[in-house]
Amino acid sequence: MTDKMIKKDQFMGFLHKLKNDYNVFIPAKEDDNFYNFTALGEKETFDFDYKNTRLSPKSFALPQSEKMFEFSLNKSDKDANILREAASDSSNTAIVGIRPCDANAFKVINANFDNPEFRDPWWTKHRDSLTLIGLGCNEPDSTCFCTSAGGGPFDEKGLDILLFDLDEHILIRPITKKGGKLLETADINQEADSSLKQKADEVKAASEKKISSHVATDKLKSKNALELFNASFWDDIAFSCINCGTCTFLCPTCWCFDIQDEVNYDQGDRIRNWDSCMFPLFTLHASGHNPRPEKVQRVRQRFMHKLKYYVDKYDNGIACVGCGRCVKYCPVNIDIREVIRLMNE
Amino acid sequence: MTDNPYLPYPVKIQEIITETEDNNLKSYKLTFLNKEDEGNFSYTPGQFCEISIPGKGEIPIGIASSPTEKGFVMFTVNKTGVVTRFLHNMEEDELLGIRGPLGNWYPWEQMEGKNVLVIGGGFAFTTLRSSIVYMLEPENRKKFKDITVVYGSRSPGLLLYRNELIEWEKRDDINMHITVDGTDDPDWKYNVGFVPTITEKKITTSEDTYAIVCGPPIMIKFTQPVLEKIGFTAEKIIMSLEMRMKCGIGICGRCNIGDKYVCKDGPVFSLAELNELPNEY
Repeated sequence: MTDKMIKKDQFMGFLHKLKNDYNVFIPAKEDDNFYNFTALGEKETFDFDYKNTRLSPKSFALPQSEKMFEFSLNKSDKDANILREAASDSSNTAIVGIRPCDANAFKVINANFDNPEFRDPWWTKHRDSLTLIGLGCNEPDSTCFCTSAGGGPFDEKGLDILLFDLDEHILIRPITKKGGKLLETADINQEADSSLKQKADEVKAASEKKISSHVATDKLKSKNALELFNASFWDDIAFSCINCGTCTFLCPTCWCFDIQDEVNYDQGDRIRNWDSCMFPLFTLHASGHNPRPEKVQRVRQRFMHKLKYYVDKYDNGIACVGCGRCVKYCPVNIDIREVIRLMNE
Repeated sequence: MTDNPYLPYPVKIQEIITETEDNNLKSYKLTFLNKEDEGNFSYTPGQFCEISIPGKGEIPIGIASSPTEKGFVMFTVNKTGVVTRFLHNMEEDELLGIRGPLGNWYPWEQMEGKNVLVIGGGFAFTTLRSSIVYMLEPENRKKFKDITVVYGSRSPGLLLYRNELIEWEKRDDINMHITVDGTDDPDWKYNVGFVPTITEKKITTSEDTYAIVCGPPIMIKFTQPVLEKIGFTAEKIIMSLEMRMKCGIGICGRCNIGDKYVCKDGPVFSLAELNELPNEY
């Protein structure tokens, strides 16, 4: 598959054409000045200068709340007390403008939800319905550290298509068959010329140099898990933490969930919801025993899971893509880059 | 397991047995609503299920029946939280669901040809009952050398499966050491004393023996040094752990100890394995 191009002023036309075959989502500014992915309507325009969305796009495959099953508790119903799988929407969806780090997060999570022993039916269905059209980052943010987390501002490995914003033109690089198919559907077939390709290479190289934040992760794999667990720095790291859970909800790779039943009169749903290891209830036994009653244990769990347990279990790098959300939005300034530095020392 | 690992098999309560004098422990014999599910449900002693009560939720409970017992699956449930309280008010013929079998099992292949020492305390005797019934099945009994059981509870009325315990006492192919912490029953003819004490008194050798241990944390804490004193190595002390769980298949992320999930990599671990993991359970 070869690189394609369109003029920038044709880009919205391309997106609207896509709507014939895909649900199209783009980053759009919300009232409070934050970007989030929004269904493309008539009014929305694509802002090439956006940095990243506040919420990560993980919710496209792992919704914050998702109905798994339905049931009736009405004894006169033939199937009372028997669960039925709830209907779920897995129609083709294109996420346009996703950042390469967030696309990599799908690969990180996938190792957990689609493993040789068990396939999570909802995750796999949703994930398969997505086509990820990434926008390379010409101007990385000050909190970005993707190049330390196995990625880069123009990293292709989690994407189906990569877009290069090159002034008057967009270079469109199909990466997977799925991406190629989308471009065919939308009649994107003008080959990119060599000068545009060269410009793309230059923008990419310049952007990588702009990432000012670097941290080494090379020793994490060989470190002894028990020694890291018992390290003396956890009290200092956790000292200011208020266990608010913001980091886990904004993180593109935090996947832990809860399952709850909700009943309205005699009809009920079994629902899964995002959960957070920051909360004591996460591990509280019915007996009252709690293996992680102290906040320092919960803070340690989050970092150990991402930076050591995941690394050991899947041999798939760290479970952090360097998006910088937790650094930016932590109300007490806990910085995962500093934690990585301490763990990797 | 069904194609969707979160979808329970529908089951019906065939029989409810109140096990303890405080009425806090009841055994539930469950039968599959769909006959083909029974064929697909193949388990090994030590495994557990998620018991699913629509409207209340799911809880992980060890399987108390043995795969050698056909026609039902049994769970013994302590009344503790939302789901178990509701279950304790359910009646025979009512419907619920089970998801499983889940997790690993006691190391039956390694234990073949060896002596097996079963140590249990209180209501944590359920998968141990499964194991004993399994080993006593004539086809299986010849695979093991001596089988010895130390089982204790606070008082005689809190022992699970009392009729079976008495039957096992009478047999000569299993050595039973039943004990209670204390009793004022003048007719009590078994041991009086805590499980670690009775273990120390009755068990004299660790030779060629695996110890499978299941009980409350306090019992495990004091039994472990006794076993080590007798000569058991950490590889031959086998324990079954509990943890708050949701998915039961290693995906939802809450029951980990280090990089192991109790639901999928456990619930059975050797002490040697646990010694390599953070002490966070």
